[in-house]
Amino acid sequence: MTSAEPVILDCTGLRCPLPVITLAKRWGEIPTGGEVIVVADDPAAATDVAAWCRMRGEEFLGALEMAGRPAYRVRRAS
Amino acid sequence: MHARRDPVAHEQGSAYSAHLDVASAASLHPAAEETLRAAYAAGYADPRRLHHDGRRARLLLDNAREAIADALGVSPGEVSFVPSGTHAVHLGLLGLARGQGALRSAPGTDGGAHLVLGAVEHSAVRYAAEWAAQTWRAAPTVSVAPVDQRGRIDRVALEALLTQQPGSVLALQAANPEVGTLQPVDEVAQAYPETAVFCDLAAAVGQVRSSQLPRLWSAAAASAHKWGGPAGVGVLLVRKGARWRSPMPADDRIDPRSIGFENIPAALGAAAALQAVLREVGEAATRRHDLIDRLRQSLSATVPDIELVGDPVDRLPHVLTFSCLYVDGEALVLELDRRGFAVSSGSACAAQTHSPSHVLEAMGVLTHGNVRVSVSTDATAAQLDAFAEAVAESVAALRAEVGL
Repeated sequence: MTSAEPVILDCTGLRCPLPVITLAKRWGEIPTGGEVIVVADDPAAATDVAAWCRMRGEEFLGALEMAGRPAYRVRRAS
Repeated sequence: MHARRDPVAHEQGSAYSAHLDVASAASLHPAAEETLRAAYAAGYADPRRLHHDGRRARLLLDNAREAIADALGVSPGEVSFVPSGTHAVHLGLLGLARGQGALRSAPGTDGGAHLVLGAVEHSAVRYAAEWAAQTWRAAPTVSVAPVDQRGRIDRVALEALLTQQPGSVLALQAANPEVGTLQPVDEVAQAYPETAVFCDLAAAVGQVRSSQLPRLWSAAAASAHKWGGPAGVGVLLVRKGARWRSPMPADDRIDPRSIGFENIPAALGAAAALQAVLREVGEAATRRHDLIDRLRQSLSATVPDIELVGDPVDRLPHVLTFSCLYVDGEALVLELDRRGFAVSSGSACAAQTHSPSHVLEAMGVLTHGNVRVSVSTDATAAQLDAFAEAVAESVAALRAEVGL
């Protein structure tokens, strides 16, 4: 089952490790199979969102752009 | 009246528990200290002069060169002393680039060489390649070969890059200074005999037996302050018969590969330190390898959400890097410093450039909350146990501050 709309976390302007902290703090609200898009212009987010997924057993779906800003898609695995 | 200030005065009674950053700079080895003092008296003169003092300086310079050659298992004619490890890297890599460039074009003119860099090479390698690509008339093209999650070069990608252009120059380090992973330099060099290999040996010299260092390079570089010699001594190695051409202006010194007045006392100090370090290197490497294993285990057991970075086995004996989720690297380094432990970090916030370590990025491992530990030969298990405890407490405290 997948929820309809992904949750968008706008972390624009936040320096590392704040984007990943924001993601972790909101994770409790995300149902299994639910998607989150983290919008983050900090250069470390590109590596760190994917690494967070790997370390926490969540699914990293890839990078994209939202309104010209780098963003990262993540899905809750369990 | 002013009190006289001692320029090297330092805080008394430091409560430091352990200096765990020897990979950034090792303290001066006592053997180097003794040699330096004597050499400043005996080796100050211009080694090109014909007078007695000049001849003596020349003799001392030759002694230093022979001692380094002997310690590294190369011939004295292959050794040049240059003003830093960074400069040795620049000269080594760019000299091969010029040599290969000359080969690719009409006699008397330089063409552009093809440079292949491992993605986790030292920034000195990357900056040198970028500089040549941007400023040389016969500009080299630069390709970067990716690494796997442990930091080891991707052999499939490398195969594609080197077979496309057979006469390439490859920069591949002996070991990564940030995460400790060893690279298969000789294997790669053997597989691509038409490739000229530049090997950055800086992280490995003096830490492992010299017989375990890569040998099949055309040029290589090392740095004395990494093994307990004085700062300001780089060692450039150029194989006999290698296609190497100096990328710098000429100078009328003893060694045509180097420029500027020779720092003979420092070269002698560097040689004395290396000889002393290598006398105990086998035993020291085994002991430090075990200490790092122990630290790996205690950190995994006591710190949740930690990523140990780099190859657990095929690595430098004295380096361990790890990253902790939700923690600011700079804050962690400062908290550990407050608790008496000196470490370094590859996190963006701890860097002057404010961007994360290119090594961690290339490996795809967590870049925030990053710490590199590198232990000296006299580090103890008790120190590292205390360090692991300090990490666990510091990380828990920093996570609590952000509500995690």
